[in-house]
This record gives sequence, structure tokens and C-alpha cells, in this order.
Amino acid sequence: MAGLELLSDQGYRVDGRKPSELRKVQARMGVFAQADGSAYIEQGNTKALAVVYGPHEVRGSRSRTLHDRAVINCQYSMATFSTAERKRRPHGDRKSSEMSLHLKQTFEAAVLTQLYPRSQIDIYVKILQSDGGNYSACVNAATLAVIDAGIPMRDYVCACSAGFVEDTPLADLCHAEESGGGTSLALALLPRGGQIALLQMDARLHQDHLDTLIEAAMTACKGLSDVLDSVVRQHLQEVSVLTRDLGVCFSASPCISVRKPPALYLL
Amino acid sequence: MLKSKTFVKKTRSGGVMKIVREHYLRDDIWCGSEFCVECKQESPVLQKDACIESNLCSSTHYLIPDTNLVLHQLDILEDPLIRNVIILQTVLQEVRHRSAPVYKRMKDIIHDAEKHFYVFTNEHHRETFIEREQAESANDRNDRAIRVAAKWYSEHLKRAPQAEELQIVLLTNDRGNKEKADESGLVVYKCEEYIKSLTANPELVDRLALTSDDQNEITSSKILFPEHLPLSRIQAGIKSSTLLQGIFRASRDNYLEATVFVHGEGDESTEVLIQGLQNLNRAVYQDVVAVELLPRNQWVAPSSVVLQDEGPKDEDKEEESENMLKCEVSEAMLKPTGKVVGIIKRNWRPFCGMLFKSQIKEATRHLFTPADRRIPRIRIETRQAAALEGQRIMVAIDGWPKHSRYPNGHFVRNLGSAGDKETETEVLLLEHDVPHQAFSQAVLSFLPKMPWAITEEDMKKREDLRHLCVCSVDPPGCTDIDDTLHCQDLDNGNLEVGVHIADVSHFIRPGNALDQEAASRGTTVYLCERRIDMVPELLSSNLCSLRSNVERFAFSCIWEINHNAEILSTRFTKSVINSKASLTYAEAQMRIDDAHMNDDITKSLRGLNKLAKILKKRRIEGGALTLSSPEVRFHIDSETHDPIDLQTKELKETNSMVEEFMLLANISVAQKIYDEFSECALLRKHPAPPPSNYDILNKAAKSKDIVIHTDSAKALADSLDEAKVDGFTYFNTLLRILATRCMMQAVYFCSGMDSDFHHYGLASPIYTHFTSPIRRYSDIIVHRLLAVAIGADTTYPDLMDKHKQSTLCNNLNYRHKMAQYAQRASVAFHTQLFFKSRGNLNEDGFILFVRKNAIIVLIPKFGLEGTVFFESKDKANPRLTFDEEGPTLTVENHAFHMFDKVKVTISLDASKIQHQKIRMALIEPVIPGVSVAPPEDGPEAKKAKLDR
Repeated sequence: MAGLELLSDQGYRVDGRKPSELRKVQARMGVFAQADGSAYIEQGNTKALAVVYGPHEVRGSRSRTLHDRAVINCQYSMATFSTAERKRRPHGDRKSSEMSLHLKQTFEAAVLTQLYPRSQIDIYVKILQSDGGNYSACVNAATLAVIDAGIPMRDYVCACSAGFVEDTPLADLCHAEESGGGTSLALALLPRGGQIALLQMDARLHQDHLDTLIEAAMTACKGLSDVLDSVVRQHLQEVSVLTRDLGVCFSASPCISVRKPPALYLL
Repeated sequence: MLKSKTFVKKTRSGGVMKIVREHYLRDDIWCGSEFCVECKQESPVLQKDACIESNLCSSTHYLIPDTNLVLHQLDILEDPLIRNVIILQTVLQEVRHRSAPVYKRMKDIIHDAEKHFYVFTNEHHRETFIEREQAESANDRNDRAIRVAAKWYSEHLKRAPQAEELQIVLLTNDRGNKEKADESGLVVYKCEEYIKSLTANPELVDRLALTSDDQNEITSSKILFPEHLPLSRIQAGIKSSTLLQGIFRASRDNYLEATVFVHGEGDESTEVLIQGLQNLNRAVYQDVVAVELLPRNQWVAPSSVVLQDEGPKDEDKEEESENMLKCEVSEAMLKPTGKVVGIIKRNWRPFCGMLFKSQIKEATRHLFTPADRRIPRIRIETRQAAALEGQRIMVAIDGWPKHSRYPNGHFVRNLGSAGDKETETEVLLLEHDVPHQAFSQAVLSFLPKMPWAITEEDMKKREDLRHLCVCSVDPPGCTDIDDTLHCQDLDNGNLEVGVHIADVSHFIRPGNALDQEAASRGTTVYLCERRIDMVPELLSSNLCSLRSNVERFAFSCIWEINHNAEILSTRFTKSVINSKASLTYAEAQMRIDDAHMNDDITKSLRGLNKLAKILKKRRIEGGALTLSSPEVRFHIDSETHDPIDLQTKELKETNSMVEEFMLLANISVAQKIYDEFSECALLRKHPAPPPSNYDILNKAAKSKDIVIHTDSAKALADSLDEAKVDGFTYFNTLLRILATRCMMQAVYFCSGMDSDFHHYGLASPIYTHFTSPIRRYSDIIVHRLLAVAIGADTTYPDLMDKHKQSTLCNNLNYRHKMAQYAQRASVAFHTQLFFKSRGNLNEDGFILFVRKNAIIVLIPKFGLEGTVFFESKDKANPRLTFDEEGPTLTVENHAFHMFDKVKVTISLDASKIQHQKIRMALIEPVIPGVSVAPPEDGPEAKKAKLDR
């Protein structure tokens, strides 16, 4: 029996998308009240939850304290029920630690850490259901959670994966495409300036193809950033209705800082 | 719109896994018809005047075939007449799962713009996607999906202007499906109904594959073969190792015998012997089958009988011949014997051959005899038997029911009349899967524009070697010259030797149509009077060919060598050369031998020759083998293109001179590209044969009291050198011919996928092909790798991908093997032509093998091999005693041993046009009732005797 045909001659992928189309994205901000910021995102069947605590003073060993900026602490985990076969160890394995490290690097590049010296920001992300593109779902959820927490960032960080099949770059891979062989690249982008926060690829790819692949991933990231932006705006609207337009400040300046309205605590 | 697709799947380890996949439904999938105005398609595929003349639907109509139709009646769909067909995604996916070759052919049809086949992605269309219902089987669901899509099409196109006449015709052979489609108001026909209604083209009917309904009428109800096991039981059996999986290889000489090659892990590959019709159980050559071993007391030895299926005959006769296989043999000769219990994968392709017309004049069912003797006869149905008589035709197998002696098939196409040179060449090209159609426009468009000249820019990138005294040495009449040589003295007393190879990779850029075509052809095929080029002639005989006195691009490999033929330094460079002379081997030899000639070319040749001798000596000391195989050359009449003379190829010193330097270049390049690209270098290896391969050789040598050591290449080479029998000079050559047959095939491979690089025959640790890029694609790849290694060119993705590289190697190996077979077949055919014009000849020959009822004789003069049978149907058989150990065959009172000298008369047996063949009959030694008289008594009398 032949394996899956990842891209048909008519230009449709296994799930019916065109090569450059993203999966359906749905997101909500402020899903938990106790945390400083939280968000939930669905990218197709990949579902992720992100929670942000902080900035607060450094806990645990004091030696980690940085005098000029905040420490970002990330922890990635996957729910035991997130994959088709039950996962034995939800976090702490090699893959999760690597993913935590990647998230840390991504957000160190995006969050304006120098505003909070000697403090710590905790970002916890959990994959509830996994269907490819775990890293990108985590980054996107965490971005929303950080915004929800009111921590200033240079820009949204949007992440998206891209793969390369039959000389065509595919955006936003699902699990079948990720495991179907071929290369897969994860890219986190600050869309406005076009800076790359993180670029990661394990498989071999010829250098001639790299540019087209990065290009496809960047386009996908920009598409995602539009979606995230609309989610943030809608959330703000909802919140401002709740708070009767009290004390909402929102600036569309390059530096996004959506301060959580203090009135919200009163509710 | 989003749908989630959930299904459960069994994993490899046996667990059950639930898989959830997203399934997006779209509303931007267009119908692809020229009529439609709703859909925003750019270039509709389905035409407005889609009319095939038919009794059933007179107006324009589009066809929608179902899966089984595509799988079984692809020959119909491939016909140029059938156009404007909608292929549903459901169908295409099912075909992909069920049969890779059909899928490949289907894709080819879809890509053919002339055919107007449109693929409708119905599974992702919002209105045609359906979900599987409770208790509905996957097949039923797919059938329903096809009906829903057909319904959607007819309603969708009804809304289009001017499309009132248009009909959507669903073609299915499934009765249930047809009824349901009728109910829902679709126009639906069975395939036969529709094809028979095509009044203008009755010949299409012949191409219909027989479906299960028809088979019952054809054959008697008597069950001839045991049932095949279902696939699930086969898989279980293989897992528990009660069954073995292997490739079925029918014997060329005996239709009742076959071997199944079982691929074991590592070196544990075994061969299982299968004997008798019942045990062969409808397996056809090259099928993947499951075999069950018989208990040890039923094991048999491979019979040495030569048996050919003589067409329909009585049952008891069949039994008789089966009994003939059985004989008393020693325990040691017994081979694992088994029976075929199931077919895992059929490997049927269309076969070339001839019609064996039924005796009844009006009959429409006939037997077809394939050209390849390993393929059984095929029963076909045709109304044009009279027209097809004496023609070479192609037939495809449809199925082999258990109550039928022969498989059922259908006619595919007519190739031309048999015996005709063009037809026969076509047959042998088709049979060996040699792509031989003219190059397409797309391919030709990548050729350089003429007039072509070397530009300043080219010169800047290349080393100018035009001043060197370069010359080429090739066989006479060679127009694709891909190698030239030079040799000159250096000031420090050493020699500079250069091998300059045509720079084909400069003209063939990776990835374009020209490159793809060359990669798929793999090699140039040399037939006796025709050459099937790998690259278009402009390149092969002109721009790339390193002809004398023209400037050409070359890839040069230049060594500094001292007078002891030790290499001091090696360098590679792209260059421009100007060959000073194109010589033949004979001309070059004459120059070397002629003491009066002292020009630069001759001096260069002498230098090369001197070095080559040292190199060769060193190589042979290192354990390289010199083997022998009789090669023949035809002198062809320039007008009729018939062969007028035949002679074995003669090897001159200059042949080996050129060969030595080519080997040197290949080895140097192999080392260089492997050093540079350890993962993706394309290399060539020649595995050492397993010891059992040498059995024949050992046995043969023992008969002359000579011991052959086969533990290493060196030992083999030495003992072959020493093997001499006084007064029998040809003995050594015969032994070498036998040794050649013990060898394995040399193969291309990708260095990242293998760890054993050794070339056994050349006794070289590493080897590749670099020196003939005009006629071998492997060399083009090696050129590209080397060019990257020296910084003269850039890489491209596929070059660095070891998996793609390895797939390419597989194709090249296959093409090379097929090209070799085609070459041999072409020689055989021309030998026949030669003997046809010659009548009978008496020649001396040597016995190469001894079989149970025949001897195989080699005629050194023609390099021809033939079988002398000692049994025939129409007269009393002589007394035969066969001794396996010798092996000897005693006929009446004369014992035949291997290597015995015999005299035979050679003639062409034209009694059967199906298989014309060379007949040999014994003249000497004279055995009454067996040998024939020398053919002075007229050809007529003798022919009767020769016919079996």
C-alpha cells in the first residue's frame, strides 16, 4: 500500500487545503482569572493553553536574578490525553525540555525584558490536543497570554510551521504531513518588522529551497498575526464593554502594551 | 466548512489507534467544463464538442468511470478515442491504493492534454462530500460518493447555457451500483454495453478486458487449480513462517518448473523449487507469491529436461510430461521444494507475442503465445483473428480463474508483421522496456541553439587545453566519442597523462525536461543496426562528441605519472580541447607498430601504451579478473541492412590501452567524489559471488582434472591462468566463459545507503563510471558531483539527497540490465537473419552444458550457443542415460561430457513463425538414429528431420 499522498496533482493537501492555506484558528484570551494572563488557541485540531504569571520577583535561587532585565521562565508540557496513544510522561522529557528552551528563546527576543529588571516572568504552556505544529500553537497562545497579562512586547510573536513536499512549500503542517516524511521548519516572526525570533529545522534541505520555504513560513506567520490581532481587538472590546469604557488604554504604537484595566479586578 | 474525519486504524504492533483528521470542504472546486459559466475556472478541460459516436447516447456526453472500471479496463481508457472523462478523486485514491502501475498509467493519461481527462476533487467539494453511514462498508460508501458526484455533475451542468443536450454517463460493471444509479435517475451503462455501442470504432471491443461474468462460458467447469489463500491468511502464514514470500521466476527451458526467490535477512536468501502445473498454481513470471514448503520426502531436484508448452493438448499427455520431471537422484541434489498457495502481488504487463489461431474458423477465442517463453499462453477474444495472423501483437492478462488452463487476456495493439526487421526490433524494445520513442518537443527545446560556438565567457571558466596533442581511439563507425587521451613528457622527466571526457553535464542542466528524459532512459542502447540514444543526436553525435579538429568542452582528469606508472598527482578540471585525430583501434595499433611514424600523436600513443601495460600487469597482480564472453559483430549490407557476415570481436592491444586509462580515471574520480560527498556519491560495485555460484565451474574443471580455487578473486584469476589442457587451446576461453556466468551483476549505488564498495571483478576498493557521459546517465551525475567538488558548478537539491539518488540508481541498474538483454536479443535476431540467408552450415563446437535430454553447444566462430535435443515426438527416442555427477549424458553408446568437441549443422527453423529459432543437429560424433548426415543431401530432407 502506498503512503499518503501529501499533495495531489490538483494542488490539494490531505485535508483539502491549498498549499499556502492555514488551518482554522480560534482563540480566546483571559480564560483563567487567577493567573496574570492566559489564552487558549485552536489551530485545526491542535489545541494549546498558555498561562502567564508575573512579572514578579525571582523565586527559588536568587542567583538566577538578572540585574538589567527580567528572567523568562518557560515550561512546556503535553497533556497525557493529547495524542492518539496515551503519553506516559507529560513533561520533563528531552523533547519537552527542548521545546521549553525554544519558547524561552522566542520570548526573550520579543518581550521588553529590560523594563523589569530583577524580576521573573513565568510562561506555562500545555498542549491539550496535538495534531502537528505544537511549537507554533504554543508560541501563538503564549503571545496572547503575555498580551493578556499586560506585559509589553516589541510586537506579536507569531509562529507557524512549513514543510516541503514535491518542490512546493506547505504552510501550517498537520500531524499527517509532519510525520509523512520530508522537511518541517518552525519559524517565529515579529511580523511588523519582519524579524525572525526563532527558526528551527531538523531535517536536511537543499539550500536552494531554503529561501522559498522561509518565505512561505513568513507569509503564513503574517496571516496568523492578522488573526491574533483581531482576537486581541475583539477581546479588548468585550472587556471594555464589561468595564463600561473605564480606564482602557490601547495604543497601536509599535510597542504594544495592553495594560489590564484595573477595574477588571473589581469584577 | 470543516468536517472532522475520525477512523480507527490498526497499528503495526497490533494495537488499535483512533485517528482524527481534519477534512476541509470547499466551494471553490470547479467542474472543469467549457459549458459552465458559474465556475470561475481558467482553462476548462472538458470540451464542448465531446462526442463519441455511440448508439446509446447520441449527444455530447462526459464519462464517469468507477474504480473497478479504471482498474480493469484501463486499456480502453487509454485509447485515443476515449476523451472527456471525469475522474473522481474517490476513484483515483482507490486506484492508488489498489494498484501502483495502474495509478501511474492513469496519471499519465490525465497529464495528456489531448485526452481531456479532468480530475474532480469530489471528496473536498461541499456538495459532493458524503459521510459513511452506519453499517455501510467502505466500498459501498465510495460507490455512493461516485453516484452523488455524478448526480451533482448532471444537475450542475443542466443549469449551464447550451448544455441541454449534455449527458453525464456513469460507467460501472457493478450490478448493485448500476441499479442504484438507475433509481436515482442517472444515465448509467455497463462498460461492455457502452463500448459495443461505439459504432464507428468496433475494434475497441477487442481491447475490453474479460470480466468475471464471461469467464464461465469459456472454460469447462472442471477445477484445475487449487484455490489461492486470502491475503489475511497469507500474511498470518508469513508472520508465523509457515509460508514464504518470494518472487516467482519461471524457468526458460521448462514450463512446468519454476523457482521462487525468497529474500531472507542478510545472506539467507534461498530458492524454492516449484514443479508441476498444480504447484505452480497460476503464478506468472515476476509475481510476488506465497509458497508453502513440501515435506522433505517430497523434495525433488531441478530437472534437466527441456520442455516447452506445445499448446492445447490432452490431460494425460500433460501428466506424462510431468512424470518426466521425476527421476531418481541422490539425496544431495534435492532442493527445497514447495507449492504456490497464494499471490501477493501480480506483476503483469502487456506482453508481445503472436496469435495462435484456433482451429475452428469462426471461433473468436484464440490462444496467444508470448515472445518470452517464461510467460504462459494467454487466451484472448478477438474478431479480427484473420487479420492478426502472422502479426506481432500485444496482449494484457486480465485474470486466471481456477478452472482455466490458461490465463484470460485481451488484445492491446498490433505491432506489425512478424519476421519484419522493424517489427521485431520494436518487439524486443518493448519486451525489454526500452524507451525508444522520438524525443519530445519539450526535451528538444533545451538543446543549445545552432550554430553553437564557444564564447569568451566559457573560455574564462575553463582551462585552455587546445594546444595538447589529444586523440581518441574508438571502434570503427563510432560517432559518439566521449573519451580522448593525451600523454606528454614533462620537464622533470615524468609524464603527464590526461583523460578528457565529453562535458555533457554542461549541456544537460539538472531538472529540465532533457535531463529527466535522459535520467529515465538511463543508457544508450546499441542494437545491431540501430542505436537508441539517451540524449538527442545533436548532443550525442555533434556538440558533445569529441571529434577531431573541432573545439569541444571536456572534463579532464590529468595525472603526473612517472615511468613506473606510479601516480604522483591527480587533478580535475573543466577544459576546452581540440582533438587532433579520431582513430580506430586498428589505426592506433598500426601507428604504434609502425616504426617510421614519429609524429606527436604516435609518440603520445606509444607512451600511453607503455604505461597501460604496466598498469594492467599491476592490476592483474592485484587480483583483477580477465573474463571472456564471446562477442560478435555483424557486417551489415549497406542497402538491405541484412547481416552479410558475422565475426567474433577481436581485441587489440589498443583496446586494453584505452580501457586501462578509463579504469584509472574512474577510480580516481570515485575516490574524489567519495571524499567530498561521503553520503551521496554515486558509485559502482561488483559484489563477490556466493561460493555456490561456482559449482558449475568447479564441476566442469574437475572433468578435466583441474582444480579451480574460488576463495578470492586473486585465487580465481591465478587458477584460471593455469588451467590449460594440452592440445585444446580453446579450453581456457571456455572456462573463462563459464566463470563469467558465475559472476554477480555489477550495480550502481549511493554511497550513503551501503557500506560495501568493493568491485570484485576489477579488484578495486572503490569504482564509479565517469568516462561515458554521452551514453550513460550515471556518468552525468558523477560529472556533476565532481564539478561541485572542484568548485566548477553548484549543487542542486536532488543531487544531495541520498534517497533520490538511490531511486535513480535503481532505475539505472534496471535500464542497464534491460539494455543488455535487448542487445543480446538483437544479436540473436540478427544471427537468425544471417542463417536465413545462409542456409545450413556445418561448424565445430564445444559442449558447454549437459542436460538430461539435450546438450548445449557453443560455436566459437559465431559466438553462438544452441541446444541439440536428443528426443523428439515423432520418432522413437534413443536410449538416454544421464549422470548428474559428471555431468555426462550417454546417448545410445556415446557419452557426452562437458567441453567435448562436436560437429553440428546449423539452420534456421522457420516452421514456426511464432518462434523462429536456430536449430542445431549433431553430425559428429556419428550416432545412428541420432546424428544427421551432413547437409549435402539437400535442404528439404534435412529440414524435415530437424523439426520436432
